[in-house]
Amino acid sequence: MSTQAILDVRAVSRSFGMLKAVDDVSLRVDEGEVVGIIGTNGSGKTTLVNLVTGYLAPTSGTILLDGRAIAGLKPRQITVLGVTRSFQVPQIYTGMSVLENALIAVATRYRHASDFWRALRRPEWLREAGDLLERFGLAGHASQSAANLSEGGRKLLDVAMSFVLQPRLLLMDEPTSGVSAKDKFAVMDTVMNALAERGVTTIFIEHDMEIVERYARRGVAFAGGRIIADGDVSSVLAEPEVRRAVLGED
Amino acid sequence: MKALIAAALVLLAAAPPFMSDWLVFLLSISIAKGMVVLGVTMLLRGGLISFGHALYYAAGAYVVGFAGNRFGIGDAAITLPLAALGCALLGAAVGLLLMRFRGIYFAMLSLAFSMILYTVLLKFYNFSGGTDGIGVRYFSVFGLRPPQESLRLAQYYLTLALGFGMLYTGTRFFASPLGALMQAVRYNEIRVEYLGASVSRAILASYVLSATVSGVGGALAAYLVGHVSPQLAYWTSSGDFVFVAVLGGTGSVFAPFAGSVAFEFIKNYAVKLSPETWQLTLGVVLLLIIFFLPQGLWSLAARLRERHE
Repeated sequence: MSTQAILDVRAVSRSFGMLKAVDDVSLRVDEGEVVGIIGTNGSGKTTLVNLVTGYLAPTSGTILLDGRAIAGLKPRQITVLGVTRSFQVPQIYTGMSVLENALIAVATRYRHASDFWRALRRPEWLREAGDLLERFGLAGHASQSAANLSEGGRKLLDVAMSFVLQPRLLLMDEPTSGVSAKDKFAVMDTVMNALAERGVTTIFIEHDMEIVERYARRGVAFAGGRIIADGDVSSVLAEPEVRRAVLGED
Repeated sequence: MKALIAAALVLLAAAPPFMSDWLVFLLSISIAKGMVVLGVTMLLRGGLISFGHALYYAAGAYVVGFAGNRFGIGDAAITLPLAALGCALLGAAVGLLLMRFRGIYFAMLSLAFSMILYTVLLKFYNFSGGTDGIGVRYFSVFGLRPPQESLRLAQYYLTLALGFGMLYTGTRFFASPLGALMQAVRYNEIRVEYLGASVSRAILASYVLSATVSGVGGALAAYLVGHVSPQLAYWTSSGDFVFVAVLGGTGSVFAPFAGSVAFEFIKNYAVKLSPETWQLTLGVVLLLIIFFLPQGLWSLAARLRERHE
């Protein structure tokens, strides 16, 4: 693992009126790390992801990607720099087929999304979209409407569309929420194997501690908009404050 | 289905010499207006309802009017590309202002722009001829001027050829990444931006293309009718284009043209049948179509295909 920080969040705060959703948070993530973020609802986890990916601008502080300030850039600009994300509620094109969802992502990757004269279904893109769906276990659903996918399938498609852009940093917001207990490990295995193969630095938010313990090497615990623990997953989960504030233990 | 389309296209190419002049005119104007409907359909793909496409219909037509009236240029080989270019530029300017709006705001703002043109054409008499409009008297293609008795037919074949061209353009658009991205915009703008694509750019590019296609339709209509007037830009014209787009359906690139032909013919026969109450007849027929074919006329083709399979 190299020690080059791919993401460096420095003293970032974000307020909504009187509420400080993220309060003076600093987080440094090295290239190749897999970080699991835990915390109760409203503790600032999703706001941090929204800040890093450009959905929100910080009230104060700086966010550096490879040493370059990205706070305030638009989601599209940050995506182009190699940071992609998936969502708690999968953001897919429900009215289109699974294959079309993948094809649009492939076209965007090659910066040809605004072409109007050449075909979307060109052989090399069809091959790449097919490979992508194969890798994410969705090949059997290619011609099916994305609206008919199971929640696990939607989550996979959401990540797959981000993955095809060949990101260097991928942020996932609750990748297994809404996925049945039976399927959650299969979904995560598929996702994490694909990401590991490419060495994508990964940050994921999760409420399911089984998932965090199994897939993250580093844990970051949030409470009240602040980071209360950061380090090796098992030690973070063992901290008394985390047990009380995040896991709800007395 | 393909055989049916091929037969219809062959018929369109071969039958007109044996048809009466008014029928040839009706078919020509249907195809020209079908281009504007195609333009509306392109935007409908992105969930954008343009209630102002009469802007480009009128602008294309007035390019022909001005070129003939002011500069003595009546050759379609010059005026049609001019109309296309003019409408592309106008579309780019208007599109830049419209691309941030969605839903009812997009619809109403586009309507407002077409009404601005309507008012300008109406009030600046010295410039536009006001309500009198401008006559379009000259017609030639690459210097060839058809004799008066075959003028209608010559104009029809030019319209048909360009109709094919627009059909092809529409087909390419619908099968292209941009066409797919417009659909994606309709379903989920957030994902489009998080893929690194620009929603605004997709809308603007589609809008300019749509304006260009519509402008050619307007320019052809100017030749076919032989006269341009501010009425072309009036909001009811825009309403007709949206209505015909819905009537035809958005499922195929042929649908706007099929819808346009159906609309013009139903309207014409409604007038013939009951000159005093033709709007009532038209309304009832169109209501029946929408009621029984909510996905538009073209869905009939899909139903037939399903039954056949």
